[in-house]
Amino acid sequence: MSTPTITPDHTVGPTDLAAKKPSFSLSLWLQDLVFTVDHKKLGLMYIGSGLIFFVVSGLMAAAIRIQLAIPNNDFVHPDTYNRLFTMHGTAMVFFVGMPIITGMANYLVPLMVGARDMAFPRLNAFGFWMFLFGTLLMYFSYVGGVGLTGTGSAPDVGWFAYAPLTSAAFSRGHSTDYWILSLLVTGIGSITAAINVIATVVSMRCKGMTLGRMPLFVWMMLVMSFLIIIAISPLSACQIMLLFDRFMGAKFFDTQAGGSAVLWQHFFWIFGHPEVYVLIMPAFAVASEVIPVFSRKPIFGYSIMVAASVMIGFISLGVWAHHMFTVGMTSLGNTFFAISTLLVAVPTGIKIFNWIGTMWGGKIRLELPMLFCIAYLVQFLMAGLTGVMLAIVPFDWQLSDSYFVVAHFHYVLIGALLFTIFAAVYYWFPKAFGKLMDVRMGLAHFWLFLIGFHLTFGPQHILGFLGMPRRIYTYSEDRGWDLWNMVSTIGVLFQALGVLIFVINMAWSYWKGKDAGDDPWDAWTLEWATTSPPPEYNFEKIPVVRSARPLWDLKHPDDPDWKFD
Amino acid sequence: MSSEVVDPDWVLPSPRKVGLLTLILAECALFIIFVIAYLFYIGKSLNGPYPSEVLSWPITASIALLSSSITIVFAERALKRGSDRGFQIWWGITILLATYFLAFTAYEWYELIYHHHLTISTNVFGSTFYSLVGLHASHVVVGLMVLMAVLLFSLFGKIQHRHHEHIEMVSWYWHFVDVVWIIVFAVVYVIGI
Repeated sequence: MSTPTITPDHTVGPTDLAAKKPSFSLSLWLQDLVFTVDHKKLGLMYIGSGLIFFVVSGLMAAAIRIQLAIPNNDFVHPDTYNRLFTMHGTAMVFFVGMPIITGMANYLVPLMVGARDMAFPRLNAFGFWMFLFGTLLMYFSYVGGVGLTGTGSAPDVGWFAYAPLTSAAFSRGHSTDYWILSLLVTGIGSITAAINVIATVVSMRCKGMTLGRMPLFVWMMLVMSFLIIIAISPLSACQIMLLFDRFMGAKFFDTQAGGSAVLWQHFFWIFGHPEVYVLIMPAFAVASEVIPVFSRKPIFGYSIMVAASVMIGFISLGVWAHHMFTVGMTSLGNTFFAISTLLVAVPTGIKIFNWIGTMWGGKIRLELPMLFCIAYLVQFLMAGLTGVMLAIVPFDWQLSDSYFVVAHFHYVLIGALLFTIFAAVYYWFPKAFGKLMDVRMGLAHFWLFLIGFHLTFGPQHILGFLGMPRRIYTYSEDRGWDLWNMVSTIGVLFQALGVLIFVINMAWSYWKGKDAGDDPWDAWTLEWATTSPPPEYNFEKIPVVRSARPLWDLKHPDDPDWKFD
Repeated sequence: MSSEVVDPDWVLPSPRKVGLLTLILAECALFIIFVIAYLFYIGKSLNGPYPSEVLSWPITASIALLSSSITIVFAERALKRGSDRGFQIWWGITILLATYFLAFTAYEWYELIYHHHLTISTNVFGSTFYSLVGLHASHVVVGLMVLMAVLLFSLFGKIQHRHHEHIEMVSWYWHFVDVVWIIVFAVVYVIGI
């Protein structure tokens, strides 16, 4: 890394050919997609496929909402309905959330630490193609799930697939097998990506980029990667056990032969809860970059933010059974998991105060990324508060598996994660494509999505209190759920319109957008030091870093940060 | 402070080592779940055969596998000294020891399946036993394939002194497989019986 003039071998080849050719060639472009090991292209491929699956799973959610809009509806068949919520949940976590956050880490971490690529570029490409293969396996189940028995289609066992519903006796055909294999394969992809991020952060930082000067984005992606490694492996383990049960007659989750259905729940949530923090870490990461830049102040309490992230990572490994309060654990177990869950609120609260502290007294610019981040702060707080409520065991006994829970985790995953993903797209799109995104369309997207989101998921809290269980196919008129279900469904319209404008905005800005320049936001991290879009080798000369805000030092040589470190 | 802002000797850990250590961390998480499953299901089988009836300590196999961790270190040192011949001999011995371990497992499983009629679907003991021991054995198989590939490369003169870090990584993985065996041994053959 010390000789800046050397470009890595993999940059010569099909890419250069494509660059020399003036006209666009589809075959060369596809060839480049398959051959590339460039972290930026792979990052965009991750994010692009994530966005495609986001639209697909979003349409499935819309179908669910239409089915529930009025009582006694039969818009879809009950079996189709089961497949819809299973595919929606599984895909949103594994095929939308995971690839988009992996893509962000892929694209930004090497740029932010001043490296030319990830530590293992070929492993990186391998991980992406494993992910894509796994995804296709899952969607293939719609045609391949029938199997030899003549029954079965897409998976219909819910995204956490509780035993014994998944046993060979109750889940005929190959639908559950596709679910297992798909998650095993995408899991391998996620683990390789996480190993790559960790090795990049530990071993590829440019000169002077000490751990204390790393952007918070990189810190949180590091914590996320450790969580992926610790969380996805247990998922793979219990998937293997289920596979043995289904194919070889093993007895792991066979309750009639001494197996335990509750063990599946433990194993799944040992994965499942850290997974929630895997998905929320990138939200923290984006907010910690966007909020300081648009408040024109360095982040408030840098080291506390790092400590809080690491703490959240640790605590998240010991909270899984709060998904299982209704299973009937001992009081000691209930108490332990209630307390550990409440503990998470402490570092999370610290973070929220630090973001507010960063904005406090700052010169706030209400650009699109900042708008999404402010909405994120409010919505994440609401999600956190309902989370604290659900951690209280008797409260959970009342509302577990109701629409209150649905509302809670959609506030986390949409209100926090998706809003920051939108913020990230508006913030880094100019870097990736060299074009600014259109502000008017962006504002329309923001307000439509904000209103639609609260219309859809706000009333679901109330539906939960009124006793509406999750995953029901329909309900009768006398339950008093009609109004709120209708409001919830109307919200989907707003969200869909918002997303449509967002997609149009991306396409329009890509071809017609204003040139962004290298550093449109006057930001401070290293990715803005190179051109937009960055060259394959990222930096002509590997930078040397003296503080946590290297670009500030560069722009203000009379008043550099490192003098005050 | 300002003169010390950038460390002149900027050296970071080798990505190879970091990558392998994180892979081992992922593997640990994988094994822990199977170990927990085994411990959880001890004594929960509704029908025989039970562990105490059919299992006996695999002493020679354990000795073989654990000593292969020592011979691989000798091989590494020989390579660092620049002795290709020494490297190949110790590496070959490591392969033989690993092969003996696998052969013993094969024999043990043959006995269990054909004489004690214990398969993966017999009871929860069978399910957990074959999956945990099998998971470990599959790691030995992967390790053995890597070991043999390295020996092949070495015989063609492709492994030289400058590859000592690559070789060290193989050896780290092998040590990990050995440590896992100690845990599997303790869980399956000591606590389980």
